[in-house]
Amino acid sequence: MSLASDAAATRTMTMLEAINHTLHAEMARDDRVMVFGEDVAANGGVFRATEGLLDAFGEDRVVDTPLAEAVIAGTAVGLAAAGMVPVPEIQFLGFSYQAFHQIAGQVARLRYRTRGRFDVPITIRAPFGGGVRTPELHSESLEAQYANIPGLKIVLPASAADAKGLLATAIRDPDPVLFLEPLRGYRMLRDEVPLGEHLVPFGEARTVMGADDPADDDVVVFAWSFMVEMSRRAAELLADEGIRVRVVDLRTLVPLDVDTIRTCVEAIGRVVVVQEAPETNGFASELIATINDEAFYSLEAPVARVSGYDAPYPVGQLEDSYVPDAGRIAAAIRRTAGAA
Amino acid sequence: MAVPAAVGQHGVVTIPSLSDETLRSMLTAMLSSRVYSQRVFNLQRQGRAGTNAPVDGSEAILAGVEHALDPSEDWVLPQYRELVGLERFGTDVLDRYVLYALGHPEGGHIPEPTRVWPPQISLATQVPHAVGLAWGMKARSEPGCVLVFLGDGSTSEGDFYEACNFAGVLDAPVIVVVVNNGWAISTPIARQTRAKNFAEKSHAFGIPGVTVDGTDAIAVYEAIADARSRAVAGAGPTLVECVTYRLGPHTTADDPTRYVPGDELAAARERDPIVVMTSELERRGLWTAADTETTLAAADARMDAAVRAGEAMAVDQVELFDHVYAEHTPRLADQRARFLADRGGVS
Ligand SMILES: Cc1ncc(C[n+]2csc(CCOP(=O)(O)OP(=O)(O)O)c2C)c(N)n1
Ligand SMILES: [Mg+2]
Repeated sequence: MSLASDAAATRTMTMLEAINHTLHAEMARDDRVMVFGEDVAANGGVFRATEGLLDAFGEDRVVDTPLAEAVIAGTAVGLAAAGMVPVPEIQFLGFSYQAFHQIAGQVARLRYRTRGRFDVPITIRAPFGGGVRTPELHSESLEAQYANIPGLKIVLPASAADAKGLLATAIRDPDPVLFLEPLRGYRMLRDEVPLGEHLVPFGEARTVMGADDPADDDVVVFAWSFMVEMSRRAAELLADEGIRVRVVDLRTLVPLDVDTIRTCVEAIGRVVVVQEAPETNGFASELIATINDEAFYSLEAPVARVSGYDAPYPVGQLEDSYVPDAGRIAAAIRRTAGAA
Repeated sequence: MAVPAAVGQHGVVTIPSLSDETLRSMLTAMLSSRVYSQRVFNLQRQGRAGTNAPVDGSEAILAGVEHALDPSEDWVLPQYRELVGLERFGTDVLDRYVLYALGHPEGGHIPEPTRVWPPQISLATQVPHAVGLAWGMKARSEPGCVLVFLGDGSTSEGDFYEACNFAGVLDAPVIVVVVNNGWAISTPIARQTRAKNFAEKSHAFGIPGVTVDGTDAIAVYEAIADARSRAVAGAGPTLVECVTYRLGPHTTADDPTRYVPGDELAAARERDPIVVMTSELERRGLWTAADTETTLAAADARMDAAVRAGEAMAVDQVELFDHVYAEHTPRLADQRARFLADRGGVS
C-alpha cells in the first residue's frame, strides 16, 4: 500500500526501532524537523525512541524541554508558524491532559482561526495503552477524546512497517497529527520494514488477515493500534472452529477509510469493533454510527463492540481483566457469527 | 509534639531545640525508609511489584518534615517518592504503599484517620489540591496546615505556579516543599530553569521562600517548623526548597549511568543524608553502630510483615468497577453484571 518504495531492501525491526529509524530519516531529509520533549535528547527518550538523534542532529534540533506539557505543545504552534516542522513528544498520552488546552484549543485550530495563513505541520508523538503494569495515567486510551476535535489527524500504527510509513507521512503532512504508539507493541511487534522511502497514506485501512474476496469471510473485525494484534490472535483461535475472520486495521481514525468499512460490511454483514478505551463514547461508537449510515441494510447481525469498561484504567492486579484480550474478542466474534 | 509558640513580626520564630529522643527518632526513620524503599525496589526486580521510585537521597527531608508536622492536625500530599518516609503519620502509609507497589487497588486507599494522600503520578497536580485543602481548612477554622511535596522538575508545570500564586492570595496555611534532587529523570535542573534556586520563585508569588540543605535532617526540621508556625498562625504559605541529590535511579525502569556524571554522584554520596545524620548523632553520643544494626533489622522485619500481608490480600477482579461513582450508574451496573456472567459468576 505504500505510495513509493524505491528500495526493495527491508529489515526486521521492532516498532520502536522503526520509529527511531524514521525519525533519523526524516530529520536527515528535512532540516526543519525538530524533536523535543521530556528526556528525549540526552537519554534518547524513556523508551529510546529518540536514541541517537542528539548525536546525529545536535542540540538545536533535538531538545530536552522543561517538564511542562502545555509549553511543549504550545511552542510547537509557534515553531510551526516560524517555519519549522515540530515533532514534539508527550512522554505518555495520559500527560497530554496537561497540554489539552494547547492541543485541543490551539494546535488543532491554528489553520482554521487564521483562515489558512499558517500550515500546522506538527506531529505530536505519544505512547499509550495498557498491559504493561505501568503506574497510573500511563495507559489510558484517549484517541476518542482527540478524534472529537476538528483539525487533528489521529494516527495509530499497529505494525513496525506502518509505524515507519505513517510517521513519515505525518511529519510531511501540513496538518497537526496525533501519532499514538502502543506501549505494549513497542518491542513485541516486529516485522519487515522497508529501508528506503516508505510512505503510508492516511485514510487507507490495512487488511491484516482475510480471504481474497471479503465475501468469503464470516465476520469482519475493525480495530486499531494494539487491539489489531489482539484481534488477529482471536481470529487464529477461531480458525480451528471454522469461523473465517477478516481483521482490518483502520490505521488512522481521522481521516477514516469509510470506503473499506462500507465494502467489508456489504460483503460480510457481520461486524465486531474492538477498542481498548472505555465503552461509552469511545471511537467504536463512531464507527458503528458510520456503519449505520453507510451499510445498515447489509447487516445480518447487530454490530458487536468489545471495549474496556466504563471505569478508569485500573491498577496492575486488575488490568488484565480490563483490557480486551483474545478470549473476549473471540467470544464476541463467535456470538456475532452465530447470531440470527 | 511541641508547637513552636512565638511568631515574630516578620514571621521569624523560635524553634524549640530538638530533644535527644526526636533526633534518634529522625535517624531511625531515615534508616528505615531506605530499607523499605530498597525492599520495594527488589520486589519489582523479582517481578512481584510494578515500577517504583527509590527514596535514596531524600531521607533527611522526609524525617525533617514528618517530625516538624503534627500528624493529628496536618496533612501531607506526597509526589511518589515519599511514602516510605512518613511512618509517623501512621503505619497505614507504608502498608498501603506496599499494596500500591504490588498493584493492589487498595494501595490508593490510605484509611482514616491517617492524614496522608496516596502517591501522585501526574506531576504537580497535587499542589492545587494542597492549596484547596488548606483553603478549606481555613474556611472551616480547623487547626493545622497542609504540606505538599513536588520535585524540581515538577516546578516547571503550570499547576505549580498557579497554585503557589493562589496560595499567596489566599494566605492559605500550606507549605510547598520542593525536593530538589538535581534531576527529573534524565533532565538536570539547569534545563528546568535559569533561576538561581527554586526558593527564588517565591518572589513572584509574594510569599516567603527558603532554601535548606536537604541532606541535613535538622536543618529541614527547622525550616518546616518555622513554615508551619507561620501557616497555623494565619501568616500564609511558605515555599521550602530542600536541596539534595538523587542517589539512585529515577525508578526501577531507569538507567542513570546513561546521564548522571559519575564524579557528581560520587561527591553527592559523600553527603549521603544517612551518613551525615549518623555521624552527627554519634558525635553527640546519641547513636552507636549497634543502634544502626537494630534499626535495620527492625525495618526488615517490619517490611517482611507488610509484604506478607500485602501479598496475602486477595483481589476480586470485579473490584475494577468499584468507586467509579458513589453508586454504579445503570450502565456500569450492567457492564459489571456482564463481566460476572462472562466469568460464570465468579471473578
Ligand atoms: C504530568 C507528568 N508529566 C510527565 C510525567 C513523567 N515523569 C514521571 S517522573 C518525571 C520526572 C519528575 O522529576 P521531579 O519532579 O524532579 O521528581 P523526582 O523524580 O526527581 O523526585 C517525569 C517526567 C509525569 N509523571 N507526569
Ligand atoms: Mg527531581
